[in-house]
Amino acid sequence: MTVPFDVARIREDFPILRQTIRGKPLVYLDSGASAQKPRAVIDAMVQAMETQYANVHRGLHWMSERTTDAYEACRDAVAALMNAADRSEIVITSGSTMSMNLVANSYGRGVLKPGQAVVISAMEHHANIVPWQMLRDSHGIELRIAPISDAGELDMEAFERLLEDGKVGLVAITHMSNVLGTVTPAERIVQIAHAHGAKAMLDGSQAIVHRRIDVQALGCDFYAWTGHKLYGPTGIGVLWARRELLEAMPPFIGGGDMISSVTFEKSTWAQVPHKFEAGTPAIIEGIGLKAAIDYVQSIGYDAMAAHEAALTDHALARLGNIEGLKIYGRAQDRGGVISFALDKAHAHDVATLLDRQGIAVRAGHHCAQPLMQRLGVDSTSRASFGVYTTLEEIDVLADTLTRVREFFA
Amino acid sequence: MAETFDDLRDLYQEVILDRGRHPRHALRLETFDATAKGDNPMCGDRVQVYVRFAPDGTIAQTGFEARGCAISIASADLMADSVQGRSKSDTVAMFATFREMARTGVCPACDTAMERLAPLSGVHEYPSRVKCATLPWHALIAALDDVKETSSE
Repeated sequence: MTVPFDVARIREDFPILRQTIRGKPLVYLDSGASAQKPRAVIDAMVQAMETQYANVHRGLHWMSERTTDAYEACRDAVAALMNAADRSEIVITSGSTMSMNLVANSYGRGVLKPGQAVVISAMEHHANIVPWQMLRDSHGIELRIAPISDAGELDMEAFERLLEDGKVGLVAITHMSNVLGTVTPAERIVQIAHAHGAKAMLDGSQAIVHRRIDVQALGCDFYAWTGHKLYGPTGIGVLWARRELLEAMPPFIGGGDMISSVTFEKSTWAQVPHKFEAGTPAIIEGIGLKAAIDYVQSIGYDAMAAHEAALTDHALARLGNIEGLKIYGRAQDRGGVISFALDKAHAHDVATLLDRQGIAVRAGHHCAQPLMQRLGVDSTSRASFGVYTTLEEIDVLADTLTRVREFFA
Repeated sequence: MAETFDDLRDLYQEVILDRGRHPRHALRLETFDATAKGDNPMCGDRVQVYVRFAPDGTIAQTGFEARGCAISIASADLMADSVQGRSKSDTVAMFATFREMARTGVCPACDTAMERLAPLSGVHEYPSRVKCATLPWHALIAALDDVKETSSE
């Protein structure tokens, strides 16, 4: 790594990190749930509300035109971030959950036929399980589950076998597990899906934070992610899809902004992507997401990935040395999300004790109950890292976990 | 080392750590008259409560099987002690008092019978943990009401 990563300088960009929690410096290790916001994002949103706020796509006045430009700049930033072929392939949604529900309801009901199958994996977030179950029950789609190994990697041979009968219309798999940190072999997944006549969707909610996503290089058909994990606001996310797919798909939510014309007899739809964007969008959040993307691009994915790899290696080494601590997920290709359990203490008790030392982790099933069942646990604790995470914070976590274990011994 | 968590002793009093580690009533009763499952869907905690009634309809024995944190297991164990010999209406009233104590940390309505449960009052400072303490009670009341499943939501 030739480019030095100045984490101290980056931390200055995040006002919240100056806080103390219960008298202790905040050690925020829950970025996988939601990342903190840099000053640039906060300022962009406040400034938009203070100086040029109006509704978008409809006003003929100065304020609306300015706000429309600022909001639509988000779409351009997303398209550049993901290397989309065209900005019309970017559907702005309320988050990954809505992106997945959009595909399930629109592509699922409008293009997939009853009797076809959808393949997900054993390590999906509930947001990439439940919409397909609902589709299964309402539309006669079969749901197939690709298994994972004990190390937490997708079993590629078993995955391919699930597609052999040619009935699979869509593969929808995480690009990075929110529990195990596993980065899945996305290009290979897409190749296998296409070889068997299926489309491929990737849930990039975690991956977008950790890797440069190039949808044209990945070759996938749908890619979903959410803004708030990428240092942006809540309530805004992205569905990227190939333009020809979006054009073939019926709208999912009806309302204003998504129509071309409306009479009581019949309505016609706006061009893509607006066909999928009914109602007043999350305007301020869009402006905030643009600022977040600019911020991330200014640091650069290469630098972020190198920083994260150093943090992850250090954390795996430090946590791996704690007696009675088990780490879940040992994939070769992985990101900075680490789930673990202590033999003497339940995950919730661990989280409460860590919280008393100012350390924020997540504890529970991480919206992945089937994966918990696969791992044979009810819950785990999870530390997840961001651009502002330091090696020293990981040392604080490891030292405190040693004491937590003594407390419950 | 241990003093790191000194300010947590309000929450994790010795009796809670002890009951969390070595619960007295963590068993499926060989014979029981009522049972119900409690689920905390937000965190994945689960408890199955078993109740055997005396001929007069009061609670003769309570047992439980739980997957959960120290707070929920200690609470289930102390509950099993506390409700023995009580009628259904007594038990319902006791839960109402206990829930108020868990939420507020104070207990104006507490009598000596509640003393055993007092160590759990520390949860009021941790709103996300109050449900850990009340989950076994929800399951017990569901069993008394002949309901099979309940949640702490």
